[in-house]
Amino acid sequence: MKRKQRRMWLLISALAGLGAVAALVLVALEDNIVFFYGPSELVAKAPAAGQRLRIGGLVAVDSVKKAEDGSVNFAVTDGNNTVPVLFRGLLPDLFREGQGVVAEGALDGAGLFLASEVLAKHDEKYMPPEVAEALREQGQWKGEGG
Amino acid sequence: MTQAAAQRRGGGGWHRFANPARFRRIAGAVAPWASGLAVALLLLGLALGFFVAPADYQQGETVRIMFVHVPSAWMALFCYTALAAASAASLIWKHPLADVAARAMAPIGAVFTAQALITGALWGQPMWGTWWVWDARLTSVLVLLFLYLGYMALWQAIEDPAKAAKACAILAIVGFVNVPIIKFSVDWWNTLHQPASVLTTEGPKIHASMLWPLLVMAAGFKAYFVAVLLLRMRTELDGARLRALESRLAAAE
Repeated sequence: MKRKQRRMWLLISALAGLGAVAALVLVALEDNIVFFYGPSELVAKAPAAGQRLRIGGLVAVDSVKKAEDGSVNFAVTDGNNTVPVLFRGLLPDLFREGQGVVAEGALDGAGLFLASEVLAKHDEKYMPPEVAEALREQGQWKGEGG
Repeated sequence: MTQAAAQRRGGGGWHRFANPARFRRIAGAVAPWASGLAVALLLLGLALGFFVAPADYQQGETVRIMFVHVPSAWMALFCYTALAAASAASLIWKHPLADVAARAMAPIGAVFTAQALITGALWGQPMWGTWWVWDARLTSVLVLLFLYLGYMALWQAIEDPAKAAKACAILAIVGFVNVPIIKFSVDWWNTLHQPASVLTTEGPKIHASMLWPLLVMAAGFKAYFVAVLLLRMRTELDGARLRALESRLAAAE
């Protein structure tokens, strides 16, 4: 029994050490692992104009303006800060006001985010349209779509 | 090893199953039931998912991919956890069936992982607007697939079965670090992949009409896992016995 217990503790301590190493590496690499910055993080980081990055958040309600030439203006918000975005191209099906979005591109000098790619970000809620409608009527929930 | 020898090794409990003949008997009895259950549950789950569950208020009909994608991803993590546990049992308690079980699980887990990645890409293209992104969830699941493939390759690469078993067990346990990273990647970092919908601290965020087909599919995949695992382990034990007989025959000549 003694040897089995020693092997077990050896394994547990090896795994704990490995976990600690992995945690340190992941914390150190956090800037590379995050897929996008929220509007508040973008304001705090204040990246240089022209530096490529992704921003993510909700499409601000009443911010989407489609121009004649096919370009789209909208704003990405997290409730505290809002970043205006200009995009020229095809928007994904799930792109809606009040819904999540991730845009890749760079800031210009004036604080406008010039996006080269826009992806829709789906949230974790799944429900039939009737339920979404009922929730909206009760005023419990203010999502878009349906 | 005889049953008496297995008893003498001080292994009550799990060592009762160390006797290959007894394991074969039990596996032979359980596998048909598990197979039948898997077929019934998967047919029911697919029927519920495709015809009974409602379309989603945002995703429309595309939501139905979830009924295969989510249980596959759960199984990918479950199989790896079982693989690491069997590997630990092999290293610590030297249970004779632990290596057989671990080796038999790897391809099952690899297939579930590939299935989760493929169905996820098919969902991502219409919903997100892209097949693939290098966010923390997708990347860590791809690493999981490579861990399964590397594990299977390592078994093939080392000739001596005892050495191969040890090296593979260590690889499986080291790779287990990736499992919590996959599970919590969507909470720890900004990802394009959505956070958990079912296994959350606040309860499911998925409507009951969609949750039920999902859980039936998950139970069906579990039953499938049990059935295939038992069949693969039996095949593995038969192969080992065949190799032993062949080498005895070669020695006699």
